[in-house]
Amino acid sequence: MILNQFLLLAAILFCIGVYGVLARRNGIMVLMSVEIILNSVNINLVAFGAFRDNVAGEVFALFVIAVAAAEVGIGLAIVLLIYRNRRSIDLTEADLLKG
Amino acid sequence: MTPAGVLAAGAAGGDLFVAQNVFFGVIALVMIVSAIRCVTTRNVVHAALWLVLVLAGAAAQFILLGSEFVAVTQVLVYIGAIIVLFLFGIMLTKASMGDDDSVAGEKRLMAGLVAVLLAVVMGIALVDSYSDTRVVIDEPQRFAAVSDAIFSQYIVAFEAVSVLLLAALIGAIVVARKE
Repeated sequence: MILNQFLLLAAILFCIGVYGVLARRNGIMVLMSVEIILNSVNINLVAFGAFRDNVAGEVFALFVIAVAAAEVGIGLAIVLLIYRNRRSIDLTEADLLKG
Repeated sequence: MTPAGVLAAGAAGGDLFVAQNVFFGVIALVMIVSAIRCVTTRNVVHAALWLVLVLAGAAAQFILLGSEFVAVTQVLVYIGAIIVLFLFGIMLTKASMGDDDSVAGEKRLMAGLVAVLLAVVMGIALVDSYSDTRVVIDEPQRFAAVSDAIFSQYIVAFEAVSVLLLAALIGAIVVARKE
């Protein structure tokens, strides 16, 4: 296996995730796209870890998974709060802080 | 960069039809198609189910790379817990609303442009830097090596993550609690 096949796969997934974050208006969909981005980063970390024959890549992938779990918990709580206050999770309507 | 591009990159290495590369290609194709469906589908529940396929594909890639522990954690934490959390979020917000095409059209165009540009830039950079670097996996990483590293070299980061998870748990409860 060459290293680049994993890195290119991760790059493509990253771009798909970026598209999702920018294009979707539903708050939950944006969080899902962020998960795709974090997964592509994990593939990169593990691929480089295997390439260097070093456990650091795997350890950091595990840390990324843990932080992603925390992020999803808080993110969904915030989306839930937005829904409760505005009866909608359309992020283009959540512009209270817009100048 | 297309899946065919990834496969062509594999073919350049001269061993396209080694079993690992065949499995890589199939799983990569499934992951990319599912990810595209996940970010473009109108139905939020379907999007969560497509996300499951992406996450399972990532777990399979981890196994191909010889990191079973990360693969198992991926299945347990992502597919087991985070997807359930998403489905609860969808249920609680009645998020069956689709995206409004008339408003989001221009936004989609710009987002697509940004994503394609980013893919081109990263693709060129990667092909330029690592075009014939090989991953040689003699044996899977042993669990013991990973846990040794976590509990010696990275112990501070590990404790910080524990506190972070606790803080996130309490924070989520406080934020989402009804008055």
